[in-house]
Amino acid sequence: MTQGLAAKHQNTMIFREVDLQIFSGEVIALLGQNGCGKTTLLRTLLGLHPKAAGEVYFDHISSSKVSTKERAKRVSYVPQVHKMAFGFPVIDMVLMATYGERAPWLKANAEHFDMAWEALKWMGIADLAHRPYTELSGGQRQMVLIARAFAQNTPMIFMDEPTNGLDFGNQIKLLEKIHALKASGKTVLFTTHHPEHAIHTACRALTMKNGSILSQGCPKETLDKSMIQNLYQLNEQQLKNHHYA
Amino acid sequence: MFRFMTNSLSLSPSIVLVLLSFLLGASALFSLSLGRFDFAPLGSMQELFIHWGWLEGETNPMMTSILLDVRLPRILAAILIGAALAISGAAFQALFMNPLVSPGILGVLSGAAFGASLGILLSDEIWVMQLLTFVFGLLAVAIALLLAKGELKQNMIILVLGGMITGALFGAFLSIIKYVADPYSKLPAITYWLMGSLANVNGELLYWLAPFVLTGIAILTMQGHVLNALSLGDDEAKTLGISVEKKRMLVIVVATFLSAVTVTLGGMIGWVGLVIPHIVRLLFGADNRLLLPASALLGAIYLLWVDNLARMVTSIEIPIGILTALIGLPVFAWALKNAKKGWHS
Repeated sequence: MTQGLAAKHQNTMIFREVDLQIFSGEVIALLGQNGCGKTTLLRTLLGLHPKAAGEVYFDHISSSKVSTKERAKRVSYVPQVHKMAFGFPVIDMVLMATYGERAPWLKANAEHFDMAWEALKWMGIADLAHRPYTELSGGQRQMVLIARAFAQNTPMIFMDEPTNGLDFGNQIKLLEKIHALKASGKTVLFTTHHPEHAIHTACRALTMKNGSILSQGCPKETLDKSMIQNLYQLNEQQLKNHHYA
Repeated sequence: MFRFMTNSLSLSPSIVLVLLSFLLGASALFSLSLGRFDFAPLGSMQELFIHWGWLEGETNPMMTSILLDVRLPRILAAILIGAALAISGAAFQALFMNPLVSPGILGVLSGAAFGASLGILLSDEIWVMQLLTFVFGLLAVAIALLLAKGELKQNMIILVLGGMITGALFGAFLSIIKYVADPYSKLPAITYWLMGSLANVNGELLYWLAPFVLTGIAILTMQGHVLNALSLGDDEAKTLGISVEKKRMLVIVVATFLSAVTVTLGGMIGWVGLVIPHIVRLLFGADNRLLLPASALLGAIYLLWVDNLARMVTSIEIPIGILTALIGLPVFAWALKNAKKGWHS
Protein backbone atom coordinates (compact mmCIF):
# COMPACT_ATOMS: atom_id res chain seq x y z
CA MET A 1 0.00 0.00 0.00
CA THR A 2 1.19 3.53 -0.67
CA GLN A 3 0.11 6.80 0.84
CA GLY A 4 0.86 10.12 -0.82
CA LEU A 5 3.85 8.58 -2.55
CA ALA A 6 6.03 10.84 -4.66
CA ALA A 7 9.39 10.49 -6.34
CA LYS A 8 11.69 12.76 -8.24
CA HIS A 9 14.76 12.53 -10.41
CA GLN A 10 17.26 15.25 -9.58
CA ASN A 11 14.92 18.23 -9.27
CA THR A 12 12.11 17.00 -11.49
CA MET A 13 9.03 15.44 -9.88
CA ILE A 14 8.30 12.15 -11.64
CA PHE A 15 5.04 11.34 -9.86
CA ARG A 16 3.15 12.68 -6.85
CA GLU A 17 0.29 11.87 -4.50
CA VAL A 18 0.06 8.21 -5.46
CA ASP A 19 -2.33 6.36 -3.16
CA LEU A 20 -2.44 2.72 -4.11
CA GLN A 21 -3.66 -0.43 -2.47
CA ILE A 22 -2.62 -3.84 -3.74
CA PHE A 23 -4.70 -6.75 -2.55
CA SER A 24 -3.51 -10.29 -2.20
CA GLY A 25 -4.04 -12.42 -5.33
CA GLU A 26 -4.58 -9.44 -7.62
CA VAL A 27 -3.03 -8.90 -11.02
CA ILE A 28 -2.57 -5.19 -11.67
CA ALA A 29 -1.47 -3.68 -14.96
CA LEU A 30 0.11 -0.24 -14.96
CA LEU A 31 -0.13 1.67 -18.21
CA GLY A 32 0.93 5.05 -19.48
CA GLN A 33 3.01 6.86 -22.02
CA ASN A 34 6.77 6.68 -22.08
CA GLY A 35 8.13 8.86 -19.30
CA CYS A 36 4.92 9.02 -17.27
CA GLY A 37 6.58 7.41 -14.25
CA LYS A 38 5.45 3.77 -14.43
CA THR A 39 8.91 2.25 -14.04
CA THR A 40 9.88 4.82 -11.41
CA LEU A 41 6.73 3.97 -9.44
CA LEU A 42 7.57 0.28 -9.65
CA ARG A 43 11.14 0.92 -8.56
CA THR A 44 10.01 3.18 -5.72
CA LEU A 45 7.68 0.46 -4.46
CA LEU A 46 10.62 -1.94 -4.53
CA GLY A 47 12.85 0.48 -2.63
CA LEU A 48 15.15 0.91 -5.63
CA HIS A 49 14.34 4.59 -6.08
CA PRO A 50 14.20 7.04 -3.16
CA LYS A 51 10.83 8.45 -2.12
CA ALA A 52 10.45 12.23 -2.27
CA ALA A 53 7.32 12.08 -0.11
CA GLY A 54 4.78 9.63 1.25
CA GLU A 55 5.20 6.08 2.39
CA VAL A 56 5.09 2.52 1.18
CA TYR A 57 3.65 -0.16 3.45
CA PHE A 58 4.04 -3.93 3.35
CA ASP A 59 1.26 -5.55 5.41
CA HIS A 60 0.86 -2.24 7.29
CA ILE A 61 4.58 -2.09 8.09
CA SER A 62 6.40 0.96 6.79
CA SER A 63 8.95 0.03 4.11
CA SER A 64 11.65 1.96 5.99
CA LYS A 65 11.32 -0.65 8.75
CA VAL A 66 11.61 -3.55 6.31
CA SER A 67 15.18 -4.71 5.67
CA THR A 68 16.45 -5.55 2.19
CA LYS A 69 16.41 -9.25 3.06
CA GLU A 70 12.90 -9.06 4.43
CA ARG A 71 11.69 -7.18 1.37
CA ALA A 72 13.21 -9.90 -0.85
CA LYS A 73 11.00 -12.42 0.94
CA ARG A 74 7.91 -10.35 0.22
CA VAL A 75 8.38 -9.23 -3.36
CA SER A 76 10.45 -10.40 -6.31
CA TYR A 77 11.28 -8.38 -9.38
CA VAL A 78 11.47 -9.10 -13.09
CA PRO A 79 13.41 -6.20 -14.61
CA GLN A 80 13.55 -5.37 -18.25
CA VAL A 81 16.10 -7.57 -19.98
CA HIS A 82 19.52 -5.99 -20.11
CA LYS A 83 22.98 -6.94 -21.27
CA MET A 84 25.15 -8.76 -18.80
CA ALA A 85 28.90 -8.82 -18.66
CA PHE A 86 29.19 -12.39 -17.41
CA GLY A 87 27.51 -15.51 -18.69
CA PHE A 88 26.32 -17.42 -15.66
CA PRO A 89 24.60 -20.70 -16.50
CA VAL A 90 20.82 -20.38 -16.48
CA ILE A 91 20.42 -22.71 -13.49
CA ASP A 92 22.81 -20.51 -11.47
CA MET A 93 20.85 -17.40 -12.51
CA VAL A 94 17.67 -18.98 -11.15
CA LEU A 95 19.46 -20.19 -7.99
CA MET A 96 20.27 -16.55 -7.23
CA ALA A 97 16.67 -16.36 -6.05
CA THR A 98 17.83 -18.13 -2.88
CA TYR A 99 20.64 -15.70 -2.04
CA GLY A 100 18.54 -13.69 0.34
CA GLU A 101 17.86 -16.66 2.58
CA ARG A 102 21.39 -18.00 3.07
CA ALA A 103 24.71 -16.63 4.28
CA PRO A 104 27.19 -15.76 1.49
CA TRP A 105 29.46 -18.68 2.31
CA LEU A 106 26.71 -21.29 2.34
CA LYS A 107 26.04 -23.30 -0.78
CA ALA A 108 22.63 -23.97 -2.28
CA ASN A 109 21.17 -27.14 -0.82
CA ALA A 110 19.09 -29.85 -2.50
CA GLU A 111 15.86 -28.01 -1.70
CA HIS A 112 17.12 -24.86 -3.42
CA PHE A 113 18.11 -26.85 -6.49
CA ASP A 114 14.70 -28.52 -6.58
CA MET A 115 13.03 -25.11 -6.42
CA ALA A 116 15.18 -23.80 -9.27
CA TRP A 117 14.49 -26.83 -11.47
CA GLU A 118 10.77 -26.60 -10.75
CA ALA A 119 10.81 -22.95 -11.77
CA LEU A 120 12.62 -23.75 -15.02
CA LYS A 121 10.19 -26.59 -15.80
CA TRP A 122 7.23 -24.37 -14.98
CA MET A 123 8.50 -21.83 -17.51
CA GLY A 124 9.19 -24.61 -20.02
CA ILE A 125 12.89 -23.78 -20.29
CA ALA A 126 14.51 -26.62 -18.35
CA ASP A 127 16.47 -27.51 -21.50
CA LEU A 128 18.30 -24.19 -21.20
CA ALA A 129 19.60 -24.91 -17.68
CA HIS A 130 23.23 -25.36 -18.66
CA ARG A 131 23.39 -22.64 -21.27
CA PRO A 132 25.20 -19.38 -20.43
CA TYR A 133 22.66 -16.62 -19.91
CA THR A 134 24.52 -14.32 -22.32
CA GLU A 135 24.02 -16.81 -25.17
CA LEU A 136 20.24 -16.69 -24.94
CA SER A 137 17.88 -14.59 -27.02
CA GLY A 138 16.12 -11.64 -25.41
CA GLY A 139 12.93 -13.63 -25.04
CA GLN A 140 14.69 -16.58 -23.46
CA ARG A 141 16.44 -14.26 -21.01
CA GLN A 142 13.09 -12.80 -20.04
CA MET A 143 11.80 -16.31 -19.35
CA VAL A 144 14.84 -16.99 -17.14
CA LEU A 145 14.21 -13.80 -15.13
CA ILE A 146 10.59 -14.81 -14.63
CA ALA A 147 11.66 -18.30 -13.57
CA ARG A 148 13.99 -16.71 -11.04
CA ALA A 149 11.19 -14.54 -9.65
CA PHE A 150 9.02 -17.65 -9.37
CA ALA A 151 11.81 -19.55 -7.59
CA GLN A 152 12.13 -16.69 -5.10
CA ASN A 153 8.70 -17.83 -3.91
CA THR A 154 7.44 -14.43 -2.79
CA PRO A 155 3.76 -13.55 -2.40
CA MET A 156 4.19 -10.59 -4.78
CA ILE A 157 5.95 -10.33 -8.12
CA PHE A 158 6.58 -7.03 -9.85
CA MET A 159 7.40 -7.10 -13.55
CA ASP A 160 8.64 -4.23 -15.69
CA GLU A 161 7.31 -4.61 -19.24
CA PRO A 162 7.63 -8.39 -19.19
CA THR A 163 6.49 -8.84 -22.80
CA ASN A 164 9.05 -6.38 -24.10
CA GLY A 165 11.13 -8.04 -26.81
CA LEU A 166 9.11 -11.27 -26.82
CA ASP A 167 7.68 -12.69 -30.04
CA PHE A 168 3.92 -13.03 -30.31
CA GLY A 169 3.92 -16.68 -29.22
CA ASN A 170 6.05 -15.99 -26.15
CA GLN A 171 3.90 -13.00 -25.26
CA ILE A 172 0.82 -15.25 -25.17
CA LYS A 173 2.69 -17.87 -23.13
CA LEU A 174 3.90 -15.22 -20.70
CA LEU A 175 0.40 -13.87 -20.18
CA GLU A 176 -0.72 -17.44 -19.49
CA LYS A 177 2.02 -17.68 -16.88
CA ILE A 178 0.72 -14.51 -15.23
CA HIS A 179 -2.72 -16.16 -15.10
CA ALA A 180 -1.10 -19.23 -13.55
CA LEU A 181 0.65 -17.05 -10.95
CA LYS A 182 -2.71 -15.53 -10.02
CA ALA A 183 -4.24 -18.98 -9.80
CA SER A 184 -1.47 -20.01 -7.40
CA GLY A 185 -2.33 -17.07 -5.16
CA LYS A 186 0.47 -14.71 -6.12
CA THR A 187 -0.03 -10.97 -6.48
CA VAL A 188 1.36 -9.55 -9.70
CA LEU A 189 1.97 -5.94 -10.68
CA PHE A 190 3.27 -5.37 -14.18
CA THR A 191 3.85 -2.38 -16.38
CA THR A 192 2.90 -2.65 -20.01
CA HIS A 193 2.53 -0.67 -23.18
CA HIS A 194 -0.20 -3.03 -24.42
CA PRO A 195 -3.75 -2.27 -23.27
CA GLU A 196 -4.89 -5.60 -24.74
CA HIS A 197 -2.51 -7.44 -22.37
CA ALA A 198 -4.04 -5.62 -19.45
CA ILE A 199 -7.55 -6.46 -20.60
CA HIS A 200 -6.62 -10.11 -21.17
CA THR A 201 -4.72 -10.65 -17.95
CA ALA A 202 -5.29 -8.06 -15.24
CA CYS A 203 -7.97 -7.73 -12.55
CA ARG A 204 -7.25 -4.03 -12.30
CA ALA A 205 -5.71 -1.49 -14.64
CA LEU A 206 -4.00 1.67 -13.42
CA THR A 207 -3.30 4.45 -15.87
CA MET A 208 -0.73 7.13 -15.25
CA LYS A 209 -0.33 10.46 -16.92
CA ASN A 210 1.86 13.45 -16.09
CA GLY A 211 2.97 11.84 -12.85
CA SER A 212 -0.48 11.12 -11.46
CA ILE A 213 -2.83 8.17 -11.39
CA LEU A 214 -5.43 8.97 -14.03
CA SER A 215 -7.78 6.09 -13.41
CA GLN A 216 -7.97 2.65 -11.93
CA GLY A 217 -10.49 -0.11 -12.20
CA CYS A 218 -11.57 -3.11 -14.17
CA PRO A 219 -9.50 -3.05 -17.40
CA LYS A 220 -12.47 -3.58 -19.73
CA GLU A 221 -14.21 -0.57 -18.23
CA THR A 222 -11.17 1.62 -17.53
CA LEU A 223 -9.38 1.11 -20.82
CA ASP A 224 -12.14 2.27 -23.13
CA LYS A 225 -11.41 4.14 -26.34
CA SER A 226 -11.60 7.61 -24.83
CA MET A 227 -9.18 6.63 -22.07
CA ILE A 228 -6.73 5.16 -24.55
CA GLN A 229 -6.95 8.26 -26.72
CA ASN A 230 -6.36 10.48 -23.72
CA LEU A 231 -3.56 8.32 -22.32
CA TYR A 232 -1.54 7.99 -25.50
CA GLN A 233 -2.51 11.27 -27.20
CA LEU A 234 -4.21 9.56 -30.14
CA ASN A 235 -7.12 10.72 -32.21
CA GLU A 236 -10.11 8.61 -33.15
CA GLN A 237 -8.88 7.86 -36.61
CA GLN A 238 -5.51 6.62 -35.36
CA LEU A 239 -7.27 4.32 -32.96
CA LYS A 240 -9.66 3.15 -35.68
CA ASN A 241 -6.74 2.21 -37.89
CA HIS A 242 -5.39 0.01 -35.12
CA HIS A 243 -7.09 -3.30 -34.25
CA TYR A 244 -7.77 -1.93 -30.75
CA ALA A 245 -10.80 -0.17 -32.15
CA MET B 1 30.63 -29.40 -2.65
CA PHE B 2 29.44 -26.72 -5.06
CA ARG B 3 27.07 -27.93 -7.70
CA PHE B 4 28.14 -26.06 -10.76
CA MET B 5 26.66 -27.01 -14.03
CA THR B 6 29.20 -25.81 -16.51
CA ASN B 7 32.78 -24.75 -16.74
CA SER B 8 35.18 -25.13 -19.61
CA LEU B 9 37.09 -27.98 -18.06
CA SER B 10 34.01 -29.63 -16.53
CA LEU B 11 35.75 -30.12 -13.22
CA SER B 12 34.13 -30.02 -9.83
CA PRO B 13 35.08 -26.75 -8.10
CA SER B 14 36.45 -28.62 -5.09
CA ILE B 15 38.79 -30.53 -7.40
CA VAL B 16 39.82 -27.28 -9.10
CA LEU B 17 40.73 -25.71 -5.78
CA VAL B 18 42.57 -28.81 -4.55
CA LEU B 19 44.54 -29.04 -7.81
CA LEU B 20 45.47 -25.36 -7.71
CA SER B 21 46.49 -25.62 -4.05
CA PHE B 22 48.65 -28.62 -4.87
CA LEU B 23 50.20 -26.74 -7.78
CA LEU B 24 50.90 -23.78 -5.51
CA GLY B 25 52.57 -26.00 -2.93
CA ALA B 26 54.69 -27.71 -5.55
CA SER B 27 55.63 -24.34 -7.10
CA ALA B 28 56.64 -22.94 -3.73
CA LEU B 29 58.74 -25.98 -2.95
CA PHE B 30 60.46 -25.84 -6.33
CA SER B 31 61.03 -22.07 -5.98
CA LEU B 32 62.80 -22.67 -2.66
CA SER B 33 65.40 -24.69 -4.49
CA LEU B 34 66.01 -22.08 -7.20
CA GLY B 35 68.77 -19.56 -6.91
CA ARG B 36 72.48 -18.98 -7.27
CA PHE B 37 72.99 -21.88 -4.87
CA ASP B 38 71.11 -24.93 -6.07
CA PHE B 39 69.32 -26.83 -3.37
CA ALA B 40 67.12 -29.86 -3.88
CA PRO B 41 63.45 -29.01 -3.26
CA LEU B 42 62.89 -31.67 -0.64
CA GLY B 43 66.28 -30.90 0.87
CA SER B 44 65.22 -27.28 1.29
CA MET B 45 62.03 -28.31 3.10
CA GLN B 46 63.97 -30.69 5.30
CA GLU B 47 66.44 -27.93 6.21
CA LEU B 48 63.61 -25.63 7.24
CA PHE B 49 61.79 -28.33 9.22
CA ILE B 50 64.98 -29.12 11.12
CA HIS B 51 65.53 -25.43 11.84
CA TRP B 52 61.99 -25.11 13.17
CA GLY B 53 62.39 -28.22 15.30
CA TRP B 54 59.81 -30.30 13.38
CA LEU B 55 62.46 -32.79 12.36
CA GLU B 56 65.59 -33.97 14.06
CA GLY B 57 68.96 -33.39 12.49
CA GLU B 58 71.67 -30.84 11.91
CA THR B 59 71.20 -27.75 9.87
CA ASN B 60 73.56 -26.21 7.36
CA PRO B 61 73.85 -22.58 8.60
CA MET B 62 74.54 -21.14 5.17
CA MET B 63 71.65 -23.00 3.60
CA THR B 64 69.33 -22.08 6.45
CA SER B 65 70.28 -18.44 6.20
CA ILE B 66 69.69 -18.34 2.44
CA LEU B 67 66.36 -20.10 2.75
CA LEU B 68 65.06 -18.15 5.74
CA ASP B 69 66.42 -14.68 5.04
CA VAL B 70 66.38 -14.56 1.25
CA ARG B 71 64.17 -17.11 -0.46
CA LEU B 72 61.32 -17.82 1.93
CA PRO B 73 60.28 -14.18 2.43
CA ARG B 74 60.44 -13.66 -1.30
CA ILE B 75 58.36 -16.74 -2.05
CA LEU B 76 55.77 -15.82 0.56
CA ALA B 77 55.67 -12.28 -0.78
CA ALA B 78 55.07 -13.54 -4.32
CA ILE B 79 52.27 -15.81 -3.10
CA LEU B 80 50.57 -13.13 -1.00
CA ILE B 81 50.96 -10.35 -3.56
CA GLY B 82 49.87 -12.53 -6.50
CA ALA B 83 46.86 -13.82 -4.57
CA ALA B 84 45.89 -10.37 -3.27
CA LEU B 85 46.13 -8.67 -6.69
CA ALA B 86 44.26 -11.42 -8.51
CA ILE B 87 41.39 -11.69 -6.05
CA SER B 88 41.07 -7.88 -5.83
CA GLY B 89 40.91 -7.71 -9.62
CA ALA B 90 38.24 -10.41 -9.76
CA ALA B 91 36.21 -8.68 -7.05
CA PHE B 92 36.37 -5.30 -8.76
CA GLN B 93 35.44 -6.82 -12.11
CA ALA B 94 32.26 -8.25 -10.59
CA LEU B 95 31.53 -5.08 -8.66
CA PHE B 96 31.85 -2.84 -11.70
CA MET B 97 30.19 -5.43 -13.98
CA ASN B 98 33.13 -5.12 -16.35
CA PRO B 99 35.80 -7.72 -17.06
CA LEU B 100 38.23 -5.00 -18.16
CA VAL B 101 38.61 -3.55 -14.68
CA SER B 102 41.85 -3.81 -12.71
CA PRO B 103 42.53 -3.25 -8.99
CA GLY B 104 43.79 0.26 -9.77
CA ILE B 105 40.40 1.48 -11.01
CA LEU B 106 39.76 3.58 -7.92
CA GLY B 107 43.22 5.11 -7.86
CA VAL B 108 44.78 2.98 -5.10
CA LEU B 109 47.82 2.04 -7.17
CA SER B 110 48.46 5.63 -8.30
CA GLY B 111 48.09 6.89 -4.74
CA ALA B 112 50.38 4.19 -3.42
CA ALA B 113 52.98 4.90 -6.12
CA PHE B 114 52.96 8.57 -5.16
CA GLY B 115 53.26 7.68 -1.47
CA ALA B 116 56.22 5.41 -2.16
CA SER B 117 57.97 8.07 -4.23
CA LEU B 118 57.33 10.73 -1.62
CA GLY B 119 58.74 8.44 1.04
CA ILE B 120 61.87 7.75 -0.98
CA LEU B 121 62.28 11.47 -1.62
CA LEU B 122 61.86 12.52 1.99
CA SER B 123 63.71 9.81 3.85
CA ASP B 124 66.21 7.00 3.59
CA GLU B 125 64.22 5.00 6.13
CA ILE B 126 62.33 2.22 4.43
CA TRP B 127 59.52 2.23 6.97
CA VAL B 128 58.71 5.84 6.01
CA MET B 129 58.34 4.84 2.39
CA GLN B 130 56.19 1.84 3.26
CA LEU B 131 53.94 3.81 5.58
CA LEU B 132 53.39 6.59 3.04
CA THR B 133 52.74 4.00 0.30
CA PHE B 134 49.98 2.42 2.31
CA VAL B 135 48.47 5.67 3.58
CA PHE B 136 48.34 7.38 0.19
CA GLY B 137 46.95 4.25 -1.46
CA LEU B 138 44.00 4.33 0.94
CA LEU B 139 43.73 8.11 0.70
CA ALA B 140 43.37 8.00 -3.08
CA VAL B 141 40.39 5.67 -2.81
CA ALA B 142 38.90 7.69 0.04
CA ILE B 143 39.01 10.77 -2.20
CA ALA B 144 37.37 8.84 -5.06
CA LEU B 145 34.60 7.72 -2.69
CA LEU B 146 34.12 11.26 -1.41
CA LEU B 147 33.86 12.59 -4.95
CA ALA B 148 31.18 9.99 -5.69
CA LYS B 149 29.37 10.43 -2.38
CA GLY B 150 25.66 10.85 -2.76
CA GLU B 151 25.71 9.76 -6.36
CA LEU B 152 26.96 6.27 -5.59
CA LYS B 153 23.55 4.82 -5.05
CA GLN B 154 22.45 5.87 -8.48
CA ASN B 155 25.53 5.66 -10.57
CA MET B 156 28.63 3.52 -10.31
CA ILE B 157 30.15 5.38 -13.23
CA ILE B 158 30.60 8.36 -10.92
CA LEU B 159 32.80 6.17 -8.74
CA VAL B 160 34.87 5.12 -11.76
CA LEU B 161 35.25 8.77 -12.72
CA GLY B 162 36.27 9.57 -9.15
CA GLY B 163 38.94 6.89 -9.44
CA MET B 164 40.14 8.34 -12.72
CA ILE B 165 40.39 11.79 -11.16
CA THR B 166 42.39 10.62 -8.17
CA GLY B 167 44.53 8.38 -10.37
CA ALA B 168 45.35 11.31 -12.61
CA LEU B 169 45.87 13.62 -9.65
CA PHE B 170 48.36 11.37 -7.95
CA GLY B 171 49.95 10.62 -11.29
CA ALA B 172 50.58 14.34 -11.67
CA PHE B 173 51.98 14.56 -8.12
CA LEU B 174 54.23 11.62 -8.93
CA SER B 175 55.57 13.50 -11.94
CA ILE B 176 56.41 16.44 -9.67
CA ILE B 177 58.28 14.10 -7.33
CA LYS B 178 60.27 12.68 -10.23
CA TYR B 179 61.00 16.18 -11.51
CA VAL B 180 62.43 17.46 -8.24
CA ALA B 181 64.17 14.25 -7.16
CA ASP B 182 67.94 14.05 -7.18
CA PRO B 183 68.74 12.36 -10.52
CA TYR B 184 71.76 10.52 -9.13
CA SER B 185 70.23 8.83 -6.10
CA LYS B 186 66.57 9.42 -5.42
CA LEU B 187 65.25 9.29 -8.97
CA PRO B 188 66.82 5.91 -9.80
CA ALA B 189 65.49 4.54 -6.50
CA ILE B 190 62.00 5.82 -7.32
CA THR B 191 62.15 4.47 -10.86
CA TYR B 192 63.34 1.07 -9.68
CA TRP B 193 60.63 0.90 -7.03
CA LEU B 194 57.96 1.75 -9.55
CA MET B 195 59.01 -1.18 -11.73
CA GLY B 196 58.21 -3.58 -8.92
CA SER B 197 60.53 -6.04 -7.26
CA LEU B 198 60.50 -8.71 -4.60
CA ALA B 199 64.28 -8.66 -4.20
CA ASN B 200 64.27 -6.51 -1.07
CA VAL B 201 61.06 -7.63 0.56
CA ASN B 202 61.03 -6.69 4.24
CA GLY B 203 60.58 -10.05 5.96
CA GLU B 204 59.45 -8.53 9.26
CA LEU B 205 56.80 -6.39 7.62
CA LEU B 206 55.72 -9.32 5.45
CA TYR B 207 55.16 -11.64 8.40
CA TRP B 208 53.31 -8.86 10.24
CA LEU B 209 51.04 -8.11 7.28
CA ALA B 210 50.50 -11.73 6.20
CA PRO B 211 47.62 -12.48 8.61
CA PHE B 212 45.82 -9.32 7.51
CA VAL B 213 46.29 -10.17 3.84
CA LEU B 214 45.05 -13.73 4.38
CA THR B 215 42.05 -12.39 6.32
CA GLY B 216 41.28 -9.97 3.48
CA ILE B 217 41.50 -12.78 0.93
CA ALA B 218 39.23 -14.95 3.09
CA ILE B 219 36.67 -12.13 3.44
CA LEU B 220 36.56 -11.60 -0.32
CA THR B 221 36.34 -15.34 -0.98
CA MET B 222 33.23 -15.47 1.21
CA GLN B 223 31.53 -12.79 -0.90
CA GLY B 224 31.18 -15.10 -3.90
CA HIS B 225 27.44 -15.10 -4.21
CA VAL B 226 27.18 -11.46 -3.16
CA LEU B 227 29.43 -10.52 -6.06
CA ASN B 228 27.42 -12.73 -8.41
CA ALA B 229 24.34 -10.73 -7.47
CA LEU B 230 26.17 -7.39 -7.64
CA SER B 231 27.36 -8.22 -11.15
CA LEU B 232 23.70 -8.24 -12.22
CA GLY B 233 23.34 -4.59 -11.25
CA ASP B 234 22.13 -2.83 -8.11
CA ASP B 235 18.42 -3.22 -8.78
CA GLU B 236 18.48 -6.97 -9.20
CA ALA B 237 20.96 -7.49 -6.37
CA LYS B 238 18.74 -5.54 -3.95
CA THR B 239 15.60 -7.40 -4.94
CA LEU B 240 17.47 -10.65 -4.35
CA GLY B 241 18.05 -9.57 -0.74
CA ILE B 242 21.60 -8.22 -0.98
CA SER B 243 22.41 -5.07 1.02
CA VAL B 244 24.10 -3.47 -1.94
CA GLU B 245 25.64 -0.37 -0.33
CA LYS B 246 27.09 -2.27 2.65
CA LYS B 247 28.48 -5.13 0.60
CA ARG B 248 29.89 -2.84 -2.05
CA MET B 249 31.69 -0.79 0.58
CA LEU B 250 33.03 -3.96 2.21
CA VAL B 251 34.44 -5.21 -1.10
CA ILE B 252 35.93 -1.80 -1.95
CA VAL B 253 37.57 -1.44 1.47
CA VAL B 254 39.03 -4.96 1.55
CA ALA B 255 40.19 -4.98 -2.09
CA THR B 256 41.72 -1.52 -1.65
CA PHE B 257 43.53 -2.64 1.50
CA LEU B 258 44.91 -5.70 -0.32
CA SER B 259 46.03 -3.61 -3.31
CA ALA B 260 47.72 -1.02 -1.09
CA VAL B 261 49.57 -3.78 0.78
CA THR B 262 50.88 -5.25 -2.47
CA VAL B 263 52.45 -1.94 -3.48
CA THR B 264 53.85 -1.48 0.03
CA LEU B 265 55.57 -4.86 -0.13
CA GLY B 266 56.67 -5.09 -3.74
CA GLY B 267 56.14 -1.87 -5.66
CA MET B 268 54.01 -1.57 -8.79
CA ILE B 269 53.23 -5.02 -10.15
CA GLY B 270 50.68 -4.66 -12.89
CA TRP B 271 48.48 -6.86 -15.05
CA VAL B 272 48.05 -9.61 -12.47
CA GLY B 273 44.73 -8.30 -11.22
CA LEU B 274 43.42 -7.88 -14.75
CA VAL B 275 44.72 -10.97 -16.52
CA ILE B 276 44.45 -13.75 -13.93
CA PRO B 277 40.67 -13.41 -13.36
CA HIS B 278 40.23 -13.54 -17.15
CA ILE B 279 42.12 -16.80 -17.43
CA VAL B 280 40.22 -18.30 -14.52
CA ARG B 281 36.92 -17.17 -16.04
CA LEU B 282 37.77 -18.75 -19.38
CA LEU B 283 38.85 -22.00 -17.73
CA PHE B 284 36.33 -22.36 -14.94
CA GLY B 285 33.44 -19.99 -15.61
CA ALA B 286 32.16 -16.71 -14.22
CA ASP B 287 30.72 -17.87 -10.90
CA ASN B 288 32.50 -15.84 -8.23
CA ARG B 289 32.20 -18.61 -5.67
CA LEU B 290 34.93 -20.41 -7.59
CA LEU B 291 36.40 -17.46 -9.49
CA LEU B 292 37.56 -15.63 -6.37
CA PRO B 293 39.51 -18.42 -4.61
CA ALA B 294 40.76 -19.82 -7.92
CA SER B 295 42.01 -16.37 -8.96
CA ALA B 296 43.85 -16.02 -5.65
CA LEU B 297 45.53 -19.41 -6.08
CA LEU B 298 46.39 -18.93 -9.75
CA GLY B 299 47.59 -15.37 -9.09
CA ALA B 300 49.94 -16.72 -6.42
CA ILE B 301 51.25 -19.45 -8.72
CA TYR B 302 51.69 -17.01 -11.59
CA LEU B 303 53.61 -14.41 -9.62
CA LEU B 304 55.77 -17.09 -8.04
CA TRP B 305 56.89 -18.31 -11.46
CA VAL B 306 57.31 -14.79 -12.84
CA ASP B 307 59.52 -13.98 -9.85
CA ASN B 308 61.48 -17.17 -10.51
CA LEU B 309 62.06 -15.92 -14.05
CA ALA B 310 62.94 -12.46 -12.77
CA ARG B 311 65.74 -13.78 -10.60
CA MET B 312 66.96 -16.65 -12.75
CA VAL B 313 66.70 -15.80 -16.43
CA THR B 314 69.58 -13.30 -16.47
CA SER B 315 72.49 -12.58 -14.18
CA ILE B 316 70.94 -9.20 -13.32
CA GLU B 317 67.52 -9.43 -11.78
CA ILE B 318 64.69 -8.09 -13.96
CA PRO B 319 62.11 -5.96 -12.14
CA ILE B 320 59.04 -8.12 -11.79
CA GLY B 321 56.66 -5.41 -13.00
CA ILE B 322 58.35 -5.51 -16.41
CA LEU B 323 57.87 -9.27 -16.68
CA THR B 324 54.23 -9.23 -15.56
CA ALA B 325 53.58 -6.69 -18.32
CA LEU B 326 55.56 -8.58 -20.98
CA ILE B 327 53.85 -11.87 -20.17
CA GLY B 328 50.49 -10.43 -19.18
CA LEU B 329 49.90 -8.30 -22.26
CA PRO B 330 49.94 -11.06 -24.89
CA VAL B 331 47.80 -13.22 -22.62
CA PHE B 332 45.36 -10.34 -22.21
CA ALA B 333 45.27 -9.78 -25.97
CA TRP B 334 44.38 -13.43 -26.45
CA ALA B 335 41.73 -13.18 -23.73
CA LEU B 336 40.27 -10.09 -25.44
CA LYS B 337 39.72 -12.12 -28.59
CA ASN B 338 37.49 -14.35 -26.54
CA ALA B 339 35.66 -11.30 -25.26
CA LYS B 340 33.76 -11.22 -28.53
CA LYS B 341 32.22 -14.56 -27.61
CA GLY B 342 31.19 -13.30 -24.19
CA TRP B 343 32.85 -13.61 -20.81
CA HIS B 344 31.68 -17.07 -19.96
CA SER B 345 32.81 -20.69 -20.00
